[in-house]
Amino acid sequence: MNSAAEKVDPEKVVLWAGGHEGHDVISTRTFGFWLYILSDGMLFATLFAAYGVLSYTHSYYTGPTPAQFVAPWYTFIQTMALFLSVLAYGFSMTALKHGNRAGVINGLLAASVLGVVFLGLDIHDVLRLFGVHITPRTSGGLSAFYVLTQVHAAHIFFGLIWMLVMIYQVMRKEFTEEVIGRLISLRMFWQFQAVMWVFIYVFVYLWGYMS
Amino acid sequence: MLVNLPGPWNPWLGRLALSEIPYTNPILAPLFVVVVVLVLLMVAGITYYGKWGYLWKEWLTTVDHKKLGIMYIILGLVMLFRGFIDGLMMRTQQAMAVGPHASGMMGAVHGYLTPFHFGQIYSAHGMIMILLAATPLLVGIMNIVIPLQIGARDMAYPYLNALGLWITAAAVVLVMASLFVGDFAHNGWFGYAPIFELAYSPGVGVDYWIWTFQLVALGTTLGSINFIATIVKMRAPGMKWLRLPMFTWASLSANIIALTSFPCLQVAIGLVAADRYLGTHFFTAGFGGNLMLYTNLFWLWGHPEVYFVILPAFGMISEIIPTFSEKPLFGYVTMVLATFAIAGVSWLVWLHHFFTMGMGPYVSTEFSVATMLVGIPTGVKVFNWAFTMYRGRLTYTAAMYWALGALFLLLVGGLTGMMLSIPAINYMVHNSVFVVAHFHMMLLCIVYAIFGSVIYWFPKVFGYTLNEAWGKTMFWLFSAGTALVFIPMFMEGFMGMTRRLDWPFDPHWAPYLDIQMLGILAYVLSILAFVVMLYVSIRDRAQHRAAADAWGTSRSLEWLTASPVPFYNFAVVPQVNARDEAAWRREHGLSAQRASHYDAIHMPNNTGNAIIIGGLTFVLGFALTWRIWWLSLISLLAIIAMMISHSAKGDPGHVIPAEEMERMDREAERAMPRADLPRHSGGVLGGAIAYDSGAAGAGSRNLRGAPDHRP
Ligand code: HEM
Ligand SMILES: [Cu+2]
Repeated sequence: MNSAAEKVDPEKVVLWAGGHEGHDVISTRTFGFWLYILSDGMLFATLFAAYGVLSYTHSYYTGPTPAQFVAPWYTFIQTMALFLSVLAYGFSMTALKHGNRAGVINGLLAASVLGVVFLGLDIHDVLRLFGVHITPRTSGGLSAFYVLTQVHAAHIFFGLIWMLVMIYQVMRKEFTEEVIGRLISLRMFWQFQAVMWVFIYVFVYLWGYMS
Repeated sequence: MLVNLPGPWNPWLGRLALSEIPYTNPILAPLFVVVVVLVLLMVAGITYYGKWGYLWKEWLTTVDHKKLGIMYIILGLVMLFRGFIDGLMMRTQQAMAVGPHASGMMGAVHGYLTPFHFGQIYSAHGMIMILLAATPLLVGIMNIVIPLQIGARDMAYPYLNALGLWITAAAVVLVMASLFVGDFAHNGWFGYAPIFELAYSPGVGVDYWIWTFQLVALGTTLGSINFIATIVKMRAPGMKWLRLPMFTWASLSANIIALTSFPCLQVAIGLVAADRYLGTHFFTAGFGGNLMLYTNLFWLWGHPEVYFVILPAFGMISEIIPTFSEKPLFGYVTMVLATFAIAGVSWLVWLHHFFTMGMGPYVSTEFSVATMLVGIPTGVKVFNWAFTMYRGRLTYTAAMYWALGALFLLLVGGLTGMMLSIPAINYMVHNSVFVVAHFHMMLLCIVYAIFGSVIYWFPKVFGYTLNEAWGKTMFWLFSAGTALVFIPMFMEGFMGMTRRLDWPFDPHWAPYLDIQMLGILAYVLSILAFVVMLYVSIRDRAQHRAAADAWGTSRSLEWLTASPVPFYNFAVVPQVNARDEAAWRREHGLSAQRASHYDAIHMPNNTGNAIIIGGLTFVLGFALTWRIWWLSLISLLAIIAMMISHSAKGDPGHVIPAEEMERMDREAERAMPRADLPRHSGGVLGGAIAYDSGAAGAGSRNLRGAPDHRP
């Protein structure tokens, strides 16, 4: 590495970084949130692994298997609701670039309404299954089915609360670095949940229907 | 409610009842009195000296990474002590209860602990030592050192940092509460399916275990996000990746492991909770559950976790050894690569914890080979440390003692690990005390590194050095304890003694268990030496005032700023010019150069939110453990409300004007002893082993360059 033989001119060498303060708030925050998303991804990966291990025939303990009760078309409507919600959120972010407060709020409102539709459909589906005694207690396989899908639903639920908070903050506050940072983080969160839903839709609903 | 609970439950108190308090237990009842008296004394003392305001303003609401780090370390040391008492009780029980004719007392057939109580002790011991002692100690040291090593004012998210501490503290309180209200799990620290299912463990013990785990996992994940973001985003100008101090590198890799592996733990334990609370069938013996799924998910986290704790320890050793060898770290780049190689491979070996599951020769072979692969980068590291010392000018300070001790333990632990990684051997010794001795070598390696770094970085944080003689006394006592406890344990392992025996039935084990008691005695003495070291050091602190570079031969950035570190870390952020910036400046005679120009700086404000949320997470954990649904709901809602209100308020922070910065910096400068002379005298062997006799003329040698350019 450096050797003392190399001469350094004490007059010229820069030892102190004057004026070096403000690390970029938004980029630091979004990076941190991206790390959180990474850990959330591991959470889902583990749940998928558990679902995979518990989807053998014997995991259903002679009870119903997903092939007998999932409704891919019904869930397809959920998929559309979530995708449109992400799209609406995207519109809100475009409005943000133009500093258009009304556009941001409308986009967020539309996104949350569509999110509520998704969640409502999910709850309705769960109640339908409970009605015919298909519950998490039926078998290990169904435990995995419910926990995987409902952990995702819980993420959507907290995302919706967050969205309401952001609507309120956008209405009340300026577009400060903090508010913008949060809007970007929420967008990451929302898109990530949509991606996770794609996996759930494919592996749990479509695949489950066909197997 | 929700599941068919054996035993009473009512809507207001859940499963809580007066009979859950073990006031008839001859060990716990007096202990409870002692704890209550101690707490009352503390409260009275704080009130008497009128320190509540100080405590609240300076500590409980702080977001300063150094103070949070100190609190993490105190928490860790307290839990290290608690875990040690558990260990002491287990050793005493086994020494008393050995053989068929061992008598019993206090309700036990053999020894003085009933099997039920003994089971709780070993479960609590393991969980506490790994998650509530080692982890907080490491996180605490990372908290203090990382921002200083990279030239940052604080962590990337100071508030999140405080939140992590208080959630960890909540976990500590929860596990301590299990001593006095209800009982703790008896399923071992990692749990077995289906013994932890409600049908076989109907009490609240497993629930305490679940929620303690969940809280630490949450706190540690938050912390890991913070560390990674800090290292990536907050480095001072010129701190390029390949100039990063080794400890920071090691912490980065460790926290990447934590970030990605703790979610697996959360899921594994969360599914146990689902089984127990919702009646699902993930790990039940019937209804399509899968017992080995649990073990797989747990060790999928468990093995990366062991590297999460050892990598920072490697980083600490990599800081201490170069400082006291007066040479740069040998093979820096290979060290970085080895660190990340270990972190990567740590994901591919989890199955070696249960070869006996019987997954067939091909799978076993893969995991056996992968496990052995870890030895390569680890070997690289050991050789790098050895070459760092080779022809260095070694000084045997107390910190160096601990670092070298850690190397020996790493060797023993690593080689026994290699033995265990061979399935044929593993089938013989799995679940014997040989395994226990193996991982204690590893975990003690971490503890050694921690003690070394506490001594090493203490002057940076508090402004004076710890007493060397007592530090070394403690080292020898502690090492005597380690040898006397664990060498016989390896031998017992070969004699077929299985782990977790409340009654070691074979009288041939008796002499070994007795020797271990001597080891426990040595450990007790070493704790006393530790206390004396603290006392003597605090008493004599005026004589041992440290300069900015407390050891005179330190290398990395943290040694440029004043000791004790002011709350703003660096009055002016340094421009980094070399890998070992402090050493580079010293070698070029630039150490005395001060900044000529100061700027105003922006610092975050304190907040009480973090400790309140931490308290609420404890309430949540406690309410869930006892199935008090209304309280769980209220505390959860309160946590969400606190988070929303915190987000609404934001933190404007405060600005410290440039003149104020200049004044404070001058003051910190004046308070320190003038010359950066090495404080250490060379130790017992130092003069004899040091590379040249120049060691005696201590005053001048730190001005010379690193010895690597000498013939
Ligand atoms: C060269 C590196 C290592 C190898 C080859 C290795 C190998 C092994 C193997 C094969 C086992 C399973 C033994 C059994 O249960 O039959 C094991 C257990 C264990 N190892 Fe290591 N190990 C290594 C490093 C570490 C490190 C660095 C740590 C911790 C810091 C550690 C902590 C543990 C723990 C805690 C257990 C047992 C946990 C339990 O059963 O409660 N090991 N090791
Ligand atoms: Cu392992």
